[in-house]
Amino acid sequence: MKKELQTVFYRNLWKENPVIRQILGICSALAVTNLAVNSLVMGLGLMFVTALSSFTISLLRNYIPQRIRMIVQTLIIAAYVIVVDIFLKANLPEISKALGPYVGLIITNCIIMGRAEAFAQKNPPVLSLFDGLFAGLGYTIILLGVALIRELLGFGSVFGYSLNMVNFTPWTIMVMPPGAFFMIAIFIWISSNMMSKRTEKAKLKKQEAK
Amino acid sequence: MLNSPNISPFVIFFASIITSNMILSNFLGMCSFISVSNEYKTASGLGKSVTMVMVVTTIINYVIYKYVVVPLSLEYLRYIIFIIVIAASVQIIELVMDRYLPDLHIKLGIFLPLITVNCAILGISLFMVIRNYDFWQTLLFGFGSGLGWWLAIATLAAIKEKVAKNNIPKGLEGPGLTFIITGLMALAFIGFSGIFVIQ
Repeated sequence: MKKELQTVFYRNLWKENPVIRQILGICSALAVTNLAVNSLVMGLGLMFVTALSSFTISLLRNYIPQRIRMIVQTLIIAAYVIVVDIFLKANLPEISKALGPYVGLIITNCIIMGRAEAFAQKNPPVLSLFDGLFAGLGYTIILLGVALIRELLGFGSVFGYSLNMVNFTPWTIMVMPPGAFFMIAIFIWISSNMMSKRTEKAKLKKQEAK
Repeated sequence: MLNSPNISPFVIFFASIITSNMILSNFLGMCSFISVSNEYKTASGLGKSVTMVMVVTTIINYVIYKYVVVPLSLEYLRYIIFIIVIAASVQIIELVMDRYLPDLHIKLGIFLPLITVNCAILGISLFMVIRNYDFWQTLLFGFGSGLGWWLAIATLAAIKEKVAKNNIPKGLEGPGLTFIITGLMALAFIGFSGIFVIQ
């Protein structure tokens, strides 16, 4: 179990990171990352939904008929999203307003469906719960990374606290849509370069061993 | 809640194509935008299907929301209701097309199941609720957003076809480059901002 957890953790956070390696859940990753606080809330919401929906789908995996499993999964996901939405509206009304439709759009976030189809279908509930949790964590970390840079350059602040830098002109472009596209592109670029270097090293080691 | 009774439906129509483009300023429907944009023809086909599904589902969702959900005060269930409506109407569109427009069905059929999970479709319905649109505004908003999505994916595919023949830095091939192209497109579209404002 412990070893399985480790592989799940490593795979979801780095090797198959949902955002930068699998290019899933991009819509919200681009839309909410102009402020770090919004990204954090969005990430936590997604972690909650992914973990619990993976858990539920895995519990029910032997009872859901194959032909209608997509719609059943969507409904399970939608139910958890409603919980998140109501919670945000009640406790964090301002962030809920800023996130707008993107909370509801967690339903169509490919990460959740992807985890459900690729993992929760075939694995026991508890492991699926952690798989979903770590996939959400992988997403949250990337979102926070993108958001911190965008907010710092675009508003000159970190988590809403202004750094009061003298002679600093905010890069408005960073908080506008193009900034989001460029930042994600840079993240993907760096990660795939690191990945290819690592595979090259592994290849070299294998050759040496031979 | 943002109330927008005074905006003319035609302003919304043009704004949703150019200044509030679904992809370039609202980032909706990115998954299929990234993955189905290697060939101009396929991309354009997907754009057509998305436009059609978008118009049909927003109208159905508008009617259901206005005349069933609100009177029964079931607003908190709207996500589930919208997603069921979308899934069901995609199925019905597929059946109708298969029966009456078989040629079109062969061309666009493969995309239809994909569209159910396209966040642009659900996003349009959620925007319609948040912005309080009336019937004509909703109709032209759905249609304009569909056209905007089509425009964006067709442009991207056309650019990608050209770029694919060039030398691309290692590690940037595939999604990385797609994001940079899209970013440049978004940058170009910012030039239109200020003509129409609906957000």
